[in-house]
Amino acid sequence: MIPNDTPTSQVPSRPLDSQARPGNPAAVGPRPGTPVVGAPQESTTSVWPLWEVFVRSSRGLSHVHAGSLHAPDAAMALRNARDLYTRRNEGVSIWVVPADAIAASDPDAKGSFFESPQGKDYRHATYYTKSEGVKHL
Amino acid sequence: MTTPETHTAETTGHGDISVGVAGSGDSSASATRITPGNALRPEDIALEVRTGLVKPSEDVAEYALRLGDDALILAQRLGRWISRAPELEEDVALGNIALDQLGHARSFLTYAGGAWEKSEDDLAYFRREHEFRSAHLFEQPNGDFAVTIARQFVVSYYQFELYRRLTQSTDATLAAIAAKAVKEVDYHRDHSAQWILRLALGTKESRARMTHGLKLVWPYVGELFVDDELTTRLAGAGAAVEPSSLKADFDRLTGEVLAEAELEVPQTPVAPGGGRRGKHSEHLGYILAEMQVLAREHPGASW
Repeated sequence: MIPNDTPTSQVPSRPLDSQARPGNPAAVGPRPGTPVVGAPQESTTSVWPLWEVFVRSSRGLSHVHAGSLHAPDAAMALRNARDLYTRRNEGVSIWVVPADAIAASDPDAKGSFFESPQGKDYRHATYYTKSEGVKHL
Repeated sequence: MTTPETHTAETTGHGDISVGVAGSGDSSASATRITPGNALRPEDIALEVRTGLVKPSEDVAEYALRLGDDALILAQRLGRWISRAPELEEDVALGNIALDQLGHARSFLTYAGGAWEKSEDDLAYFRREHEFRSAHLFEQPNGDFAVTIARQFVVSYYQFELYRRLTQSTDATLAAIAAKAVKEVDYHRDHSAQWILRLALGTKESRARMTHGLKLVWPYVGELFVDDELTTRLAGAGAAVEPSSLKADFDRLTGEVLAEAELEVPQTPVAPGGGRRGKHSEHLGYILAEMQVLAREHPGASW
């Protein structure tokens, strides 16, 4: 049985267009001297895809979203992430994820999605007092 | 580089960077938490030199000058790519590599200067062209992106073999600088090899440019592996490495990458070289003019 407060529907994948940086080559064409990279059949004006970067700052902590970048493939995305997001000794591990592989919740659905738990004290362990005074708990 | 005037024992740069930029909150979980780390810094070497803890012999200083000049001239070349690379990400990648090289240059020059009571800045900004000891490869023009990648490919595979062996040097400071540098240069190898593969196996155009780039830089490979009296003397004492002893590993490892990229090892004539004796091509003068003008116009300036 699925508890009724678990969201079971996913909003459709949205491109993280808010993260696209200004000066995106898509708008202005390739920068001067841009080498042509990719399969021979690819259009020479194609833009490198966007990747989301997650950095683990030290062992035992989880990866945290650090930002995004462009790269032609996953191997280069990892290297670009290393160069862009760990320059000041920030990390011990990096994940990169294609931005369009991320399904994000709809910011307009805040009320229906995230306000329901408010006021439901009984979902917190501290709500229950029967256990008070029980040893080793 | 810091100016000689700022060389006090307490020099720590521009301030304490060990505080998370986020300031408050759970900064230990932040992806933007920054720490200085505790690697060997040029300032540490400067302190050891000033306090008389270390002092290189004349030979070791000459040798350190060569390695420092190689790195310094390359850093100056690479810095020009910032804002000019194919993508912003690549600007930063090449900029990082330039800064790595500049760090190595600072360490080597600081140490070398210990023999002559000169600072890293004295050596970088107030020497003339014929006093520089860099090999010709490092002053070669950036060309297009493929030429720079070709130059990086040769440099990083050469430097990796050199620094890897120098970590065993009987000169403790050379060994320490090499130990810090070798990991950084290892990444430079990876960066250039990744791009060799992508450019060579990309489009017809990118492959032609990569082939051309390798052809342009290959004449300068030979000079890197030439022994002379200084390297022979130092290698005999265990302080340095005979350049010729690096060649076999260099050929094997670069050959593997080129084979994977389906490229031939370029068969080009060998350039005469002479950088180790202060004989340079027409390029170095322009590099030095640009690099030194500010320090010479405003000696001792700091910011």
